[in-house]
Amino acid sequence: MTESISKTPNRGGWLIWLFLLSGSVVMLLPLAWMILTSLKSFPETLADPPTWIPAHFQWGNYLQAIRGFEFSRYFANSIIVTAGCIAGTLVSSCLTAYALVAYKVRGKNLVFGLLLATLMLPAQVTVIPLFKLYVTLHWINTFRPLIVPRWFGNDVFAIFLLRQFFLQIPRDYIEAARIDGASELRIMTTVFVPLAKPALLTIAVFTFIGTWNDLWNPLLYLYDEKLYTLPLGLMQFIGVAGTAQGTPWHLVMAIATIMMIPVVIVFFLAQKRFIEGISAAGIKG
Amino acid sequence: MQNALTPTPHPLEADPLPPSKPLSGAQADIIVPVGRCRKWLASESAKFWLMMSPALLGFIIFSAGPMLTSLYLSFTKYDVVSPPKWIGINNYLYLLRRDPAFWPSVKVTTIFAAASVPLTLLIALLIAILLNQRFFARNLFRTIFFLPALLPAAASGVVWVWIFDPTRGLLNHILATVGIVGPAWMHSTTWALPALIIMSIWGFGRAMVIFLAGLQEVPPQLYEAAELDGAGTWHRFYHVTLPMISPVLFFNLVIGIIDALKAFDLAFVTSTAAGAGAGGPARATLLYTLNLYQKSFNYFHMGLGSAMAWLLFVAILLLTAINFGLEKRWVHTS
Repeated sequence: MTESISKTPNRGGWLIWLFLLSGSVVMLLPLAWMILTSLKSFPETLADPPTWIPAHFQWGNYLQAIRGFEFSRYFANSIIVTAGCIAGTLVSSCLTAYALVAYKVRGKNLVFGLLLATLMLPAQVTVIPLFKLYVTLHWINTFRPLIVPRWFGNDVFAIFLLRQFFLQIPRDYIEAARIDGASELRIMTTVFVPLAKPALLTIAVFTFIGTWNDLWNPLLYLYDEKLYTLPLGLMQFIGVAGTAQGTPWHLVMAIATIMMIPVVIVFFLAQKRFIEGISAAGIKG
Repeated sequence: MQNALTPTPHPLEADPLPPSKPLSGAQADIIVPVGRCRKWLASESAKFWLMMSPALLGFIIFSAGPMLTSLYLSFTKYDVVSPPKWIGINNYLYLLRRDPAFWPSVKVTTIFAAASVPLTLLIALLIAILLNQRFFARNLFRTIFFLPALLPAAASGVVWVWIFDPTRGLLNHILATVGIVGPAWMHSTTWALPALIIMSIWGFGRAMVIFLAGLQEVPPQLYEAAELDGAGTWHRFYHVTLPMISPVLFFNLVIGIIDALKAFDLAFVTSTAAGAGAGGPARATLLYTLNLYQKSFNYFHMGLGSAMAWLLFVAILLLTAINFGLEKRWVHTS
């Protein structure tokens, strides 16, 4: 739709193309090196000078990495936390955004303004009282500190995005449904949610990436190794494995690759959503 | 339609107790509140506050409450185990005057932000402008430039540590082939911070996508008009593109500065994975947030940590205010 711009033939077009091509190679080089290393044998990772292509592709490294490291546990933990956060963000941002759009109430803009203001609040400012709160509630070493805030509208960006989307839905729909005697929750779930699917998908993918990649919260609240999510697990693996006879970089790279795969898959499935979501933040925000 | 939206009740429902039929005092005391309560529950504002309640509770419990509590804690000596003890502004005085790590971490963060923000924005803008044209495999290029911004910092951090490895790393190997002896990077007090800056620039894709969205809003007629006036590439960029995307540039600048001051993950992962200790070697990558984290959660100086958090918050607010103050000078509003 907004496919762009200059229709004039570009004289330096191929030069630009070559420039972008070399730029892409530079961007992909770290990832290529990661995958190549993950397929080398341990002695080969120590070679000086390093080799580019492994002499024999050691696919077994992946199995060894998964088995030698509590991989399935960390992976499962990451999935549980991510799923809990996605569900919480979707439900709570739907309720909040619907309330902000469907009713005319004094103080509504003030409430929305307060919520938006928390976007300016660095996590470091709230972290110490939150830590104390979670200690008091016995929530340390549980997934609750990671998941529960998401059920309480903690993701203001999601609320903002969904509100923008809900505002485009004609108000007549609400009025018509109310006259038919539908309850507010019913209007929200049967009228707004289906129409806002693209925005909800955008929120789901952003929450997925945010939680899957999150290091800060697990680092603060999870101390029991059995509860580690993948980022903490990987750091733990480097710390433990590194002390014996040098870091097994081939296995570390295999784990890093596996950690990135879900992100890459979600990215390719929902690339448009990402770009629209980030653009919306930049243009409308 | 507008009228139907205003919360005026139907005249017959307006008052559950018509004044023509006064009840005795006792009856009225019971019935009036119940009636009002029911009426209120059916009203728009009741529904609004009910639906808002999770977010409002969340706001109080997870944002506003902790924010005020940490302001209080910043004036106390606190270690989580024993109750906080009021010590006035001593935490702030200690940080500014005596703490050996405070000013080094401010310096590291300033250098990090001053280098990574402009470089990231410059590269993001350049690539976005080049990508904002029709050519073969354009979407593939966009994907490649954007993807690294989304990868988990823990995973990409360890990959970078391996690439920057002084003896077996890819980067020094490439440098050696052109005759340069590479430095020890993450193990060198001089080169660890530049390495961190290079890694962070790799994630410029987010800013790039925002620039691309801004560029697509520029009306093509403006370029055509400029071309008719005989404007060259540079003039078209300077007089058309730059003013038109200045709001987006402003947004990226504000967010970029805030994110740079709050940066934690990459520095934490890379300095730890390189075996230099978080923030190492010798505080060379000790970003402000790493210092804050160590004070609060390794040494449990939580009053000190709270004071650091508030200084960070004030710095962010000040820099953002300065940005907004300068906005009128260069940001074009249509």
